[in-house]
Formats: sequence, structure tokens, C-alpha cells
Amino acid sequence: MDRIREAFQAGHKLLIPFVVAGDPDYERSLNIACAILEEGADMLEIGFPYSDPLADGPVIQAAAVRSLKQGTRLVDCLRLVRDIRARSPKPLVAFTYVNPLIQYGAERFFAELAAAGGDGVIVPDVPLEEAAEVASAAEAHGIQFVPLVAPTSGEERVRAIVRAARGFVYCVSSLGVTGERQHVSRQVRELVDLVRKHTHLPACVGFGVSRPEHVREIAEFADGIIVGSAYVRRVGDAAEAGRDPVEAVRAFTRELKQAAMGAMHPG
Amino acid sequence: MSHYPYPDETGRYGAFGGRYVPETLMSALLQLEHDYLRLSRDASFQAELKYYLQQYAGRPTPLYFAERLTQYLGGPKIYLKREDLNHTGAHKINNAIGQGLLALRTGKRRVIAETGAGQHGVATATVAARFGLECTVFMGEEDMRRQALNVFRMRMLGAEVVAATSGTRTLKDATNEAIRHWVAHVDDTHYIIGSVVGPHPYPMMVRDFQRVIGDEAKAQILEQEGRLPTSVVACVGGGSNAMGIFYPFIEDEDVELIGCEAAGRGLETDYHAASIARGRPGVLHGAKTMLLQDEYGQVQPAHSISAGLDYPGIGPEHAHLAATGRATYVPVTDQEALDAFFLLSKLEGIIPALESAHAIAYLMREAKRYGSDDVVIVCLSGRGDKDVEQVAAREEEQRGPNS
Repeated sequence: MDRIREAFQAGHKLLIPFVVAGDPDYERSLNIACAILEEGADMLEIGFPYSDPLADGPVIQAAAVRSLKQGTRLVDCLRLVRDIRARSPKPLVAFTYVNPLIQYGAERFFAELAAAGGDGVIVPDVPLEEAAEVASAAEAHGIQFVPLVAPTSGEERVRAIVRAARGFVYCVSSLGVTGERQHVSRQVRELVDLVRKHTHLPACVGFGVSRPEHVREIAEFADGIIVGSAYVRRVGDAAEAGRDPVEAVRAFTRELKQAAMGAMHPG
Repeated sequence: MSHYPYPDETGRYGAFGGRYVPETLMSALLQLEHDYLRLSRDASFQAELKYYLQQYAGRPTPLYFAERLTQYLGGPKIYLKREDLNHTGAHKINNAIGQGLLALRTGKRRVIAETGAGQHGVATATVAARFGLECTVFMGEEDMRRQALNVFRMRMLGAEVVAATSGTRTLKDATNEAIRHWVAHVDDTHYIIGSVVGPHPYPMMVRDFQRVIGDEAKAQILEQEGRLPTSVVACVGGGSNAMGIFYPFIEDEDVELIGCEAAGRGLETDYHAASIARGRPGVLHGAKTMLLQDEYGQVQPAHSISAGLDYPGIGPEHAHLAATGRATYVPVTDQEALDAFFLLSKLEGIIPALESAHAIAYLMREAKRYGSDDVVIVCLSGRGDKDVEQVAAREEEQRGPNS
């Protein structure tokens, strides 16, 4: 069963939120994830916390620290995937840095991710040149290896990267690490066009997408919109203020979903 | 004798190295490799590099026979490769000049750097001042406290110093911050990595800019002793001074290569930086290498009295040399390094950097295994002025203020 492909065949633009496993603790991260999916998110990216997240800005770094302080281990992240799967049929994609993955063992990691009900994987510090081993282990277990393309990639790299892609292509919206930005960069539309020129796989946009108007703008030209730091910040702020983070992400998801469906009009 | 072929075209040293970075950086790394390989064959670039190394940095540095240390230890004849006599006080300037010129030739207006002890940050700030480049240095908040003098020096030289406040607030985190900054500014900024770490081509490029240490030392020992040394000894954090002095000797298989890792408070504790002795293969800062980490691959904090060795990884080429047995890596504790710091100061009138003191300490411990006809070269990678305040404070703490 290819849940990722089915999701894109639904005929609308997908809202793909990102949450950090174990943030602010295991139970609440499970409830957050399930609430987001209940409110209409079409797919979920689950960040596995790492001590040295090179591609992440301060918000997601802080969430990883919170989670690791709670004692979250890679086995707990896999358990979270299983627990979410028990409550939702939507596609679940693991976002993990390469070192935890290879320490666990790529074969074992993908076997257990598949058994838990995971559908895809994103490894932000594995570019095409280093991908062979991880991608083939993923493929062997039916996990889709979703690569990133960046505004700096250029056509030659984009062509090579999308050829090896599975599931969808993750288009990095602008230079820099993850984190909320004021505006959607102009160059991302060109990047999506370049991806479309070389593959029929869906193209999704992430990094810096943080507001309903960003989602609406990107929904005009991409197949899916990935929202990370804006979610993770809401979780962190609510937890710190002693409020329920589940309620914070519910309302936000409804807003973004409406924007992705084009139900809201500018002005 | 077999030719040493590393790195291969994928940037690997056997099982180590590679390019584990976000896609945003890949085009820049490929371009950098291309530019570097072109410039390394460009006579005018090489002539310019040589000019600055001689006239600005003060090369060649002496290979000094440490007569009193030799007598005191009663082992081999000990020579010190005096990298401490370079402009800015350490070997770091060799690489900073090389990469600074590379930044100029490739049209970059800005350079960034990470720094631990501050020596690489000072070297980069110096070169940036000389070449008219904008400069930002990332430094762990904890290291800024330990090495306050170097922070002041960098600011005097016109560099912006940014505190890395994540993680252990040391060299590892400064490197994370520098890489994150580079991802956002890769179009106009060159990242001057200070050691033989990071994604390909950095370990190769930094080694090549530092090999001048070993090339000079080899010619000097042949001139002064008429023979190659028994051993070459250097401290290893990321390992740039060690790689620089080892590299020209790699194919001389009778020359023992010894890297001294920081054992901190002891390998039996959690407070050390011995990635070869206590690490496992993993990925840090874009390269596969030996790494201090827990069973789930979370990077473990390192510890060393010397900020420059306080790093949970090591250059991938060192990991390879350790795996093949071509070089040997030995642990040296904080206390052994401190003893060496005082001994060299008193016997030779040379105050070594705490980093370099780890290499001297190895000889204090192992001198007896050598004969008097053996010859050992120690890379004295930097001078210890930067450490005097820290060492004085520690002494005061241990002995009481009035002793």
C-alpha cells in the first residue's frame, strides 16, 4: 500500500506539518500528532531529535534539546510512529539525521520503521553523493527515500536527485536552516518548475513556511506545503506557559488547512 | 613503497570522510573542490601563498634542538618544530593565509570561521584584516570565557565574534553555528574551516595548507641530523597541526607517527576528548570519522583543559591512519599536559600552548623507551600566552591564593 501516492491523488494540495518526537514529552507529542492529523493535515513529518541538528534553526534545536532531556531514544521515536499509526491512516514520514540512523543500523532502522507503519524518510545531511546505502536499505523495506533539492542545486543536480527520489521531492524554499521567515522567496517557484521539468513526482515546499498566507501562496504552484518551526514554536510556547499544546496546534492546523484548500480569500 | 592515494575522488580516506551536508551546500563544496584543485596547480597562486607565508607569517619556522629537555628526560634527541613562532602564535595562520587567498581568488567578500581556543579565529581575523575581507568568527560561549584574551584580539582585528550558546558551548557548537550560517550565506561567503575536519574538500585542503610544517621539518632534520626521525609527535583535536607534520612522512614507513589525544580527567571518566581511544565511527560536521557518542548516536560532550582539543570528533584522515595502523594515537591527561606546560617553560624558556603541551607530555611519559641515538620531532603547534591566565587561576584555586 502506497499511502504517500494515495494522499497526493486526493486532488488537493497537501498540508504536511512537522513535529518533534518526544516534545515536550512522549504522551503530549503523540496527542499533538494525532490532533494535527484529525484537524485535516494530510501527512505528518516526525522529527527524530538529534544532539547536533545542522540543518535546523533555533526553534527546532530547542525542541530537540527538550525531547532529549526527557530521555527520548530512537526506539521511542519508532514507538511514536507505531502509536500514531494505530490512530491514523495518513502517511507518516520520519525526519532523521544520518548518525542516529547508521548507529542503529540502516537495515534495522528501516525494517522497524516499516513495521511501525512509517511510509517515508527524510535525511537532511545525506546528499545524493552519500545516499546509495541509506536509500537502498529504505527501498528494501518499502520506505520512500524523499530527497531535498535547494535553490543552489542547479539543473544538473536537480535532474540527478529527482531520478533517485521516491514519494515526493522536498524543495527547500530558500538559503538557510529551518525557521520561520517573513516571506516566501521568489526563487522557490523556479525551483519547483525545475523539479517538474524532470519528474512526475509531487513537489513539496518547506523551510520558512510559517503563516496561512505563505501556505496559500505556495499552494498555487506546489503539491504540498511543509510547516515545521511554526508548529514547534507553538508547542514550545504552550508548554512553557503551562498551556495545553494540543489546543494550540489544533487551531493552527485548521487555519493552515483552510489556506491550503484555497477556502480563504486574500484581503 | 606504496603510493598513498587519499582522499579518493569521493573525498574518502578508506572508510572515513565524505560529504554529509545539507543539499544547499553541495554545489558550493563541489565548486570549492574545483577551484582549490585548479589553484593548487596555479603557479601564481602558489607564489603568492609562499610570499605571505615567508614575509607575513615568518616562515620557515625553526626546528629547534631542545637540549635541556633532552638531557632532563634522558631519552631521544628532541627537536621542537617551532610553529609557536609564527605570526599570531600558532600553526593556524598557514591554513588561514591559504584559504584567505582562495577566498580572494574566488571573489568572496566575506569569510567566517569557527574557533575553539581562539587561535584559528585570531588567524582568520588577521588574514581578513590584511586582505580586506569581512570576518565573522563563531566561538562557544564557554570558550569565550576560557580564552577572553583571544576574543579581544579578534575584535581588535575587526572581526565580529558570535557566541555559540547551544549544546556544550564549545568548539563542536561553534562549528555547528558556522555551518548553519554558511548555509544561509553560501552565495557570498567562504567558510574557513580551521582543522582537517568537515566535508570534503576541507580535510584535504587544510592538510595541504598545513603540510608546509612537515615539509620544512623533514628538510631541516635531514640537514641537522642527516637522517629521518624515529618518531614525529603532535597533539590532535581536529588534528591540523598533526596532519600537517605527519603527511610528508606517511610514505616513510620507518618514521613512527604519534598523535596525542586529550584524555582530560582520564579515559575511565566521562571527561575526555579521546575520539580514537573511546569513539566509534559516526558522522559529525559533514564527515564520517571516529566520534564520541552514545549507543543511539547522540554526540557526547568532550572535555579537555585545552579548548583547542575539546572536540568529540577528529579529522577523517586521522581516523583512517589509526584504522590502518600507520599512525598511533595515545591519550594524555589534563594533569600530564599541565606538568609539561611548566616543564618546557622552566627548561627551555618556551611557554607552550596547552594543546601543544599534550605532545611534550607524551615524551615525558615515554622518553625511556627511546635510546639516546633516537631522534624525535615534536610539533610545538602554538605558544602558551593565551593559557597563562587560565593556568594561573587553576593553580590559585588548587593551592590557595597566598601560597
